Amino acid sequence: MSGFVTFFGDYTIQNVMMGAALLGLISGVLGSFAVLRQQSLLGDTLSHAALPGVCLGFMIAGARELSSILAGALFTAILAALVVLVLTRASRLKTDAGLGIALSVFFAFGVVLLTYIQGTGNASQGGLDAFLFGQAAGILRSDLYLMGGITAFSLALVAAFWKEFKLVSFDPAFAATLGLPVVLLETVLTVTIAFAVVVGLQMVGVVLMAAMVIAPAVGARQWTRRLEHMVVLAAVFGVVSGVAGALISATGQGLATGPLIILSASALVLVSILVAPERGLVWEGVKRWRDRRDLEANKVLTTLYGLAAHHKDPAYPAEQGMIDTYHRIATRHALSRLAERGLVEPVEHMRDQEGPHWALTEAGIVLARHLRRDPVSG
Amino acid sequence: MMLADFFANVPLMIMLTGALVGTAASLVGVFLVLRKNSMLSDAISHSIVFGIVIVWLLTHQQSGPVQIVGAALTGVLTVFLIELLVGTRKVKDDAAIGLVFPVLFSIGVLLLNLYARDVHIDTHTVLLGEIGFIWLDTLTIAGYAIPQAVVWMSVVTLVNGLFVLLFYKELKLTTFDPALAKALGFAPVALFYALLMLTSTTAVAAFDAVGAILFIAFVIVPPSAAYLLTDRLSLMLVIGIVISVASSVIGYYAAAAMDVSIGGMMAVTTGLFLAAAFLFGPRYGFLARSWRQLRQRYVNESRTLAVHLYNHEGRADARDENVVSALQDHLWWDARKSLNVIDRSLRLGFVVRDGEELYLTARGRQVALELLEPWRDKGA
Repeated sequence: MSGFVTFFGDYTIQNVMMGAALLGLISGVLGSFAVLRQQSLLGDTLSHAALPGVCLGFMIAGARELSSILAGALFTAILAALVVLVLTRASRLKTDAGLGIALSVFFAFGVVLLTYIQGTGNASQGGLDAFLFGQAAGILRSDLYLMGGITAFSLALVAAFWKEFKLVSFDPAFAATLGLPVVLLETVLTVTIAFAVVVGLQMVGVVLMAAMVIAPAVGARQWTRRLEHMVVLAAVFGVVSGVAGALISATGQGLATGPLIILSASALVLVSILVAPERGLVWEGVKRWRDRRDLEANKVLTTLYGLAAHHKDPAYPAEQGMIDTYHRIATRHALSRLAERGLVEPVEHMRDQEGPHWALTEAGIVLARHLRRDPVSG
Repeated sequence: MMLADFFANVPLMIMLTGALVGTAASLVGVFLVLRKNSMLSDAISHSIVFGIVIVWLLTHQQSGPVQIVGAALTGVLTVFLIELLVGTRKVKDDAAIGLVFPVLFSIGVLLLNLYARDVHIDTHTVLLGEIGFIWLDTLTIAGYAIPQAVVWMSVVTLVNGLFVLLFYKELKLTTFDPALAKALGFAPVALFYALLMLTSTTAVAAFDAVGAILFIAFVIVPPSAAYLLTDRLSLMLVIGIVISVASSVIGYYAAAAMDVSIGGMMAVTTGLFLAAAFLFGPRYGFLARSWRQLRQRYVNESRTLAVHLYNHEGRADARDENVVSALQDHLWWDARKSLNVIDRSLRLGFVVRDGEELYLTARGRQVALELLEPWRDKGA
């Protein structure tokens, strides 16, 4: 217990957890809009494109000054978004190529700047590598204020323009007919992705930030159809995975924080896709299995009805082996399930010469008639 | 020995490696860009970090055939997982790409953290590569010490080249008309997977030299630049390769001059070529398109003027309408624009001017008629 207190009382651990929580909060909320607008990979491009900005911010400040580094990152990330826009609007290149070009060329420029800074022998450049994969342990309390400020600003923005953002995400054409400034709103939403990227730089780094924008939102999407719930849930998923990853990293053997956060978020996505109510793959599988079973039973029921009708005897005892032959599978389970529902009953008929026999009950006849008339909704 | 000097020339070897990476990447990249699958190269190049680490843990081989096979499998695994996710219909394809590669990449990085702390492949190299050090690892072939990167990149470039040459017709058809290709029995899916396997083998062979992320630049940027310059597939391949080779040479000298990352500079140079193609491309370039649009606008204005004059020609109001000052009121053109349009129309030979009055020429009358009564025969 005292170890527990020491652990959570640790100043660094507190900082790391708060940073991770902020990151989860902002990327979950803003990522929801990105995923719904099918701009998931824009986060990938913007985060890689933040690298040259990190270096520029460092070069301008002359030291590892977070505010100028983040300002630089924000600047080049937005610039990259602009490049993607220009390339795809004003040339014949498609979105995928535009994203790939901005991502790789900006990153390459970042690498060039990184080596340039290393070449100048600046003693404090060691901190810059941390922005590649994130280094949560390096977060200072003053950094948190900055990250918190950006997060609070973004959340306030989303709250203020909630209705507009929602409409633009789901039906931009309708939003335009209502006279909303669609292009401006879309631009603002794109810029907010850059905000999320900037907050995540220290925690997960430029390479993996893409997943942080996507994963919490995709996970949350599985549980709900309402944007309100999705955004809140995505924020929760983001915070949980951020804190989980940061904690494992802080306690483990020097494992990088970024990958651990990403794996936590991805695990949440996997669980959500599998077991989320209604949409979950597991429930879908169960439902499909149930449907197939019910269909089988219904088919057997109508077979019995057909035999009874053919012999003009509602209580016609059909032999189980014959029904098997009709259906080319063993129908024993289907028959006993029908019997449980009171639709058929076993009858004594030539027990010694042949196998068990089955006959329709009153209820079975009613349902079979209904099924033959209306096979779908039966 | 001439040849030995050739292989011992470090700058030349570095440029050759860059050129080979660029050539091999362009050969597959052209088809990825045309199929709108560019971002799969992003996914693959990040994911192969996972494959490289796994193979390294199992065999302690950092390059060579085992690594290349491992990478090919990782690439296929990546695309398979993406398609599996999309197949559940719970996730859109762009989100699926962005979910799969970070997971594989993260596992790769964590395994490096755990087991490979002190070895040559650290996370930094993984991302950035170090083309400047390729001469450290050499293979001796026929008595010559050749950098390993050059050897493996040559093999991969050759394989990619052969693949494109042998399946040129099939690749062309599956790229531009997948439905027809399938109907004709060309197995577009198999070809697609083959393409992705070659992309991953190229990525792993290029890995030591340029790392996982700069590789993306070589796959996407030169083919995209080429796409802005030509409509012909064969020419696109050639231009893509030329740009890659030029970028390697220019990038090397620029990096050497500024003492910065060589691979990074090569990738930045491909970006400069793209920017040039975007701006100055003869047909699809920004300037050419803008110029065409501007000229079209001018011609349309002159045609509008011709129609206006034609409507009032020979009628009672012609004296009020077919004069310079009327254009401002009736066509909502300001004075300067009116004069500019008249000036251009005079040069086009649509109108003649007599003091303030404007008259259509036979040519101008024909232009107006073409617009007003397009169903008429031109000769009539």
